[in-house]
Amino acid sequence: MATVQDIEIRDSAARAAQAVEEAADIHGEKLVLNMGPSHPATHGVLRIVLELDGEVITKADPDVGYLHRGDEKIAENMTYTQFIPYTDRLDYLAPLANNVAYALAVEKLLGIHDKLPPRCQYIRVMCAELARISSHLLGLGAFAMDTGAVTVFLLTFTEREKIYNIAEAASGARLTNSYTRIGGLMRDVPPNWVDMIRVFLKEFAVALDEANTLLTRNRIWVDRLRDLAVVSKEMAIDYGLSGPNLRGSGVEFDLRKNQPYLCYKDLDFDIAVGSTGDCYDRYLVRMEEMKLSMRILEQCCNKIPGGVENKSHEPVSIPDGKITLPSKQKVLSSMEELIHQFMLVTEGVNCPPGEVYFGHENPKGELGFYINSKGGGTPYRLKIRAPSFINLSILGELLPGCMISDVPVVLGSLDFVMGESDR
Amino acid sequence: MSALESANKIKAKFGDLVAEPTEFRGEITVTIAAAEKIFDVCQFAKRSLGFDYLVDICSVDNYGEDPRWTVIYHLRGVASGHELRLKTNVSEEKSELPSVLPIWRTANWHEREVYDLMGIRFSGHSDLRRILMWEGYPYHPLRKDFPLAGKPTDLPGVAFTKVTPMEGGPFVTLPSSSDSMAREPRVRVPEGAEPAVSDQRLIDGKLK
Repeated sequence: MATVQDIEIRDSAARAAQAVEEAADIHGEKLVLNMGPSHPATHGVLRIVLELDGEVITKADPDVGYLHRGDEKIAENMTYTQFIPYTDRLDYLAPLANNVAYALAVEKLLGIHDKLPPRCQYIRVMCAELARISSHLLGLGAFAMDTGAVTVFLLTFTEREKIYNIAEAASGARLTNSYTRIGGLMRDVPPNWVDMIRVFLKEFAVALDEANTLLTRNRIWVDRLRDLAVVSKEMAIDYGLSGPNLRGSGVEFDLRKNQPYLCYKDLDFDIAVGSTGDCYDRYLVRMEEMKLSMRILEQCCNKIPGGVENKSHEPVSIPDGKITLPSKQKVLSSMEELIHQFMLVTEGVNCPPGEVYFGHENPKGELGFYINSKGGGTPYRLKIRAPSFINLSILGELLPGCMISDVPVVLGSLDFVMGESDR
Repeated sequence: MSALESANKIKAKFGDLVAEPTEFRGEITVTIAAAEKIFDVCQFAKRSLGFDYLVDICSVDNYGEDPRWTVIYHLRGVASGHELRLKTNVSEEKSELPSVLPIWRTANWHEREVYDLMGIRFSGHSDLRRILMWEGYPYHPLRKDFPLAGKPTDLPGVAFTKVTPMEGGPFVTLPSSSDSMAREPRVRVPEGAEPAVSDQRLIDGKLK
């Protein structure tokens, strides 16, 4: 039996009308997704409220402050020296660099930042560069792991352990170093310290090469990073980005070069600059910066005043009893030194009234301290310009248009730390 | 053009509004008498003097003095490397000055931070919310009259004012065939509204 069936063949206009109808159905409602504050890819406690259309982000609102401890308030209530341990806890991946930044800011207020003993300057530069390598290694390891390349993480953490050993030899602590003092250092480095760094540099060159081989030309890595979250030159400056994030966008600005402090003037180094400002460029800039830090460290190892063992007894602190503590021997045998020691411990370093801002090229960007002093041993107001905080403020503009799976990549490429962002 | 020359240009342009630039440790500070002019000064500094990078916005509480607030802007020209500090005073009654967000987008979070911790408002800021403290927190902790030990907040529904309730579970979704709103223990019931019977069961803490 033959049956008759009606078949409706619609013309193209009708088909288009139907497609529009269906599409409206698919788009429907937008989904709001809370990412964090406890998410492995947020490297701490960052919360981002994402508005999603399917898998595409249409709006992003970063929410910071989960780690706020009121460091600026605390600083107003203690002496300058007492605040040094708090700086360890800002960017806890590079405490040595924070110590150097803070000490230099207070020394600028005192007007002695360019009169530091040369050995102190070299040791401080070496500390800052070791911290830079350490911080970039963690940033790279976590970045790669979030993107699926776990091996790199193991590799970089092995190397970071060695930097902790070096920091421990100098300061006695592995993480919270508090190695600097106002006007110098806590103590001189041990005699084998420079050799420790030389051995580390040799081993680290191999490891960095291996990480380079694993990632830089890795097809998956490049595909996920390239052309993602592009920050143009103008946008980077407008948003106040600093450090590798600013240089990744092609802005040639590095405080070590543009406003040289310590002994950076005597050292030969370049600055790494990206071209397009995508995630891949920011990654490349960090890789290159580690190599440049190695070069700076090598030069410092060779040029450090007093040599490896400091047989000529080069000082590491300004020999001024009103700024740095005198030796214990002298305190117990001389009246004047005893008075100095008493005054420094009870009232702190007597700073002049005035206001200064000092910006230090930290691994994460420009860590600045603004100190407003009314004279005496405590700051009236201390403001911390935290690079992570400012680098994060661009997220609201950067994330819309990305897929949700891109979020860990963008976050990893910005390399922030919440301890510093929230202060 | 050095930073001092830039400061003098600002002085020449705005005249009596701007005090003589001061120098301390090689840093140039320019004080602007009228806070409501800060937008114009910043715009002039960016457009005509090349200060395209806003390093920082910071506030100081001169407690016991009038005007009480000082707001400080750190500017930098990326190409020239020059830095300039602009300062302006705001009285406590007013506690408001124009936002520089249209000039530098980085001002967004800086101004939110100043508002959050010091309680100075920025007119023209499109999204002036708290940033480090949580929404609904009643104080501005960086003010000098806020005690270092902090103040307890007893606002209902604000995080961290009470010990986390360990009782009153279950805190997991219940297995049942009802819809997710009914199964979700932390279901949001609008204040004053009578919770549904299924929610009541969960809020009371025990399965009936």
